[in-house]
Amino acid sequence: MVNSAERSADNAWSDAALHAAPYPVLVADPVGTVRRANEAFGLLVPDAVEGSALCEVLPDWLLLAHDRLSAAPAPHAPPPRGEVAGRSFEAHATRLPEGEVVWWLTDDTDVRLAERRLLQERNRTAFLARASNELLSSLNLDRCMEVAGRLAAAHLADAAVVIAPPRGRALSVVSADGTGAHSRQLTGVAPESVPGLAEALRGFPPVPSRWIDPAAAPEWLVPEDFGPVGAMVVTPLPGHGVPAGALVLLRRAHHAAFSESEESFARLFAARAGAAMSAARLYAEQAQITETLMRELLPPRVGQVGGVEFAARYRAAKDGERVGGDFYDIHPAAAPQDESLVVLGDVCGKGLDAAVLTGKIRNTLHALLPLSGDHVRMLRLLNGALLSSHHTRFATLVMASARRRADRVELRVTCAGHPAPLVVRADGRVAEVETHGNLVGVLPEIDAVTAPLILAPGESLVLFTDGITESKGGPLGDELFGDARLRRALAHCAGMPAEAVAEHVQMLATEWVGVNKHDDMAVVTVTAPRGSSRRAPGGTPTEGHGA
Amino acid sequence: MTTSSAPPAPLTAGDQVPFYTSRLWEAVRAGDEYAAGTGVRDALTDGVPPETLLLDVIGGVQRRVGAEWAANRLSVAQEHAATAINERVIALLAQHPDVPPVPPARGRITVACVDGEWHALPARLLAEVLRLRGWRVDYLGAQVPAPHLIAHLHLTNPDLVALSSSLVTRLPAAHATITACQATGVPVLVGGAAFGSDGRHARQLGADAWAPDARQAAERLRRPLTRRKADHQAIDDLPHLADQEYTLAARGSRQLVREVLAGLESRFPTLLDYDDVQRDHTAQDVAHLVEFLTAALYTDDTELFSGFLVWTADVLRARAVPPESLLPALDLLERALRDFPRAVGLITRSRQALSRALRASGPPAARQLDPGQPA
Repeated sequence: MVNSAERSADNAWSDAALHAAPYPVLVADPVGTVRRANEAFGLLVPDAVEGSALCEVLPDWLLLAHDRLSAAPAPHAPPPRGEVAGRSFEAHATRLPEGEVVWWLTDDTDVRLAERRLLQERNRTAFLARASNELLSSLNLDRCMEVAGRLAAAHLADAAVVIAPPRGRALSVVSADGTGAHSRQLTGVAPESVPGLAEALRGFPPVPSRWIDPAAAPEWLVPEDFGPVGAMVVTPLPGHGVPAGALVLLRRAHHAAFSESEESFARLFAARAGAAMSAARLYAEQAQITETLMRELLPPRVGQVGGVEFAARYRAAKDGERVGGDFYDIHPAAAPQDESLVVLGDVCGKGLDAAVLTGKIRNTLHALLPLSGDHVRMLRLLNGALLSSHHTRFATLVMASARRRADRVELRVTCAGHPAPLVVRADGRVAEVETHGNLVGVLPEIDAVTAPLILAPGESLVLFTDGITESKGGPLGDELFGDARLRRALAHCAGMPAEAVAEHVQMLATEWVGVNKHDDMAVVTVTAPRGSSRRAPGGTPTEGHGA
Repeated sequence: MTTSSAPPAPLTAGDQVPFYTSRLWEAVRAGDEYAAGTGVRDALTDGVPPETLLLDVIGGVQRRVGAEWAANRLSVAQEHAATAINERVIALLAQHPDVPPVPPARGRITVACVDGEWHALPARLLAEVLRLRGWRVDYLGAQVPAPHLIAHLHLTNPDLVALSSSLVTRLPAAHATITACQATGVPVLVGGAAFGSDGRHARQLGADAWAPDARQAAERLRRPLTRRKADHQAIDDLPHLADQEYTLAARGSRQLVREVLAGLESRFPTLLDYDDVQRDHTAQDVAHLVEFLTAALYTDDTELFSGFLVWTADVLRARAVPPESLLPALDLLERALRDFPRAVGLITRSRQALSRALRASGPPAARQLDPGQPA
């Protein structure tokens, strides 16, 4: 028990402490009225004077916390939070022995604001990282635009429109809203009708992102069924020195307009989207150029011509490439009684440089086609052409002229420094064709011997490059595939269609090398079809699926 | 083209498929492309739907080709000949006036085989079926190096890639291809025997969808595929790879083959008298064993290896080679890999499965052959 003097001294001390406390403090008595409130609390709630009812003066959140406090004190619950007079507070309660409760309010307005900003920044960073991942995963312009539109609509606005710089007259546009993205090709629309858009699409002169009056926006710019537009902003997409297009963000009428921070964040996103889109555009342009230049160098498709089956397989030394130093070509006969010419060769070297020379050889041979009745003469002319060119490379090749006679195929075969082709007889015998000659592109004068050959139905002539026989691998990893294995494999190929023979040889050689490095590989087969007595020569040419 | 050999009597729909399948099979076995083409044209005229013709008749013949090879009634070369004829027949069908082109209205699909895969026909059949169902299809064929496929995806932006693999030994390559496709944002549907009859390897390797056959693949594509998250890492699919056993075994696989071969030769001196062809065969058999073991290490799937052993035992029996000859090779393999606990466990469990199968199997009956094994 304390005496009254001590008690009053105590009160005086606690009054002083209460008023000096750096927080708004309120003491509530057990009957639900204000016992005392300090000056700081009075500034927040002027009505909180001694004796006033708590339910009259306390904000709802604090009153609720007060009631819960007396009911069931929870040990580790976070302190109650809420607003008083426009600022945010955390309330901490201290229970006094007589059932009084002291409420200490700490102002966390700035902390909350900082927390909210931090969270927002974190979300934005995470979004930008994810956006970069998604945008950079594809080098396809359509897909980049679609991804950019979808992301912008989901995170930056109610809808987004991505516009690529025009190619020709059509404008490529992707519109996205919360439900998805779809792309359109628009003709006859004028980017000039939207302020800043034409400049953004041209990439010059530099423009900031611009607000546009929704009422003035052309119809094509607003996604279908979007409803009234509240706010609209056009942001240029910066590319790698080339214009990448523009991003238009839209908000519905009842939503808040874009804040300054949202707008600047949209620019960060636009920078990423623009970089991805311009990379995709550059890739597409390069691929287009490569495709055009490569078209002449790619191994041609072959099939049946004039009752003779041709098939071919090709694999370049490098997996990523489609051409190399091996080549083949087929020049179909103009009329059924004429000869078709097939050529297979190997230019010294690999890769694109070698491929360029194969193109030259193929073109030269094409021009020499009228002379194909005399292989040796053709080879001499080719030799002269190669010697006079700036290429220092040489080539080996083998050529065969083929024509159908009744159910047989008549051939003339000439080899120029190349592995001699093999002939697969109907009974499974495999023999070298007896032709030989000099390689082309080295000696001033060359010679070669042409061998005549007749294929009965089901027999095949197999032309191949040394990439097949010299492939290294096998179960032990370092053995040559070799002539003997090739011959053994071909012995099983009697009576097979040309496609199957070519496929079989190619498969065996490729499986032989496994994961080892290998040279270019090419194989061409010429086959006299079986069961062909019932079919007229030249009937039903079917296209092969070689290469 | 005239239909010179029309069927003798009208067939009911239920009889059509077996009738034309056996007719095509006879033509294919005889290597008669002309008869094969006529048979398929007759079937069309007879009202067999193109999809049925592709999947049940041509597909049926192709499945039989695989089974006949396994039973040693067809050589690898003959298998290629049969497949080449089937390919031609499919091309013929695609150009036939009774199969009007379907306008592509559903989106674009790239169909390809995993690199190293030679069984292109299932993919080809799928490509044709999808075309019939209104998809725009880019068929890239067999043996597609992953860089080609990825370049194609960047250029064409398809809605999805359909990837086919029949060989479980190509699963590591399939995984690399699946993740590469997904990294470009394109979802991947996989199919083929390699992924298991229940598609377990499709799920394991993170494919977005799996279908057991072309028809179900086409059905599955009625619903859209969802793309995986861009931040997916390939290693998440196969956490066991962290033990490096696959990496080391795959890198040293040629050495493993040598060790096992040398061990076999010292145990069975008769092997030294083998000629080149026989030696090649033995070496290739051992190389297959090692390939399947490394694939099993990659997928951490004992059944993959034990299934191969049991299947090989059947094939050996069909070729009049005692299947017990597998056991010493397994012992040697286990000894060579003694420092790799996961591999040793795998071999031990697989040997038990093989021994059970050897005890259980009587005479070489026509056991159900798994088309997922090498042909």
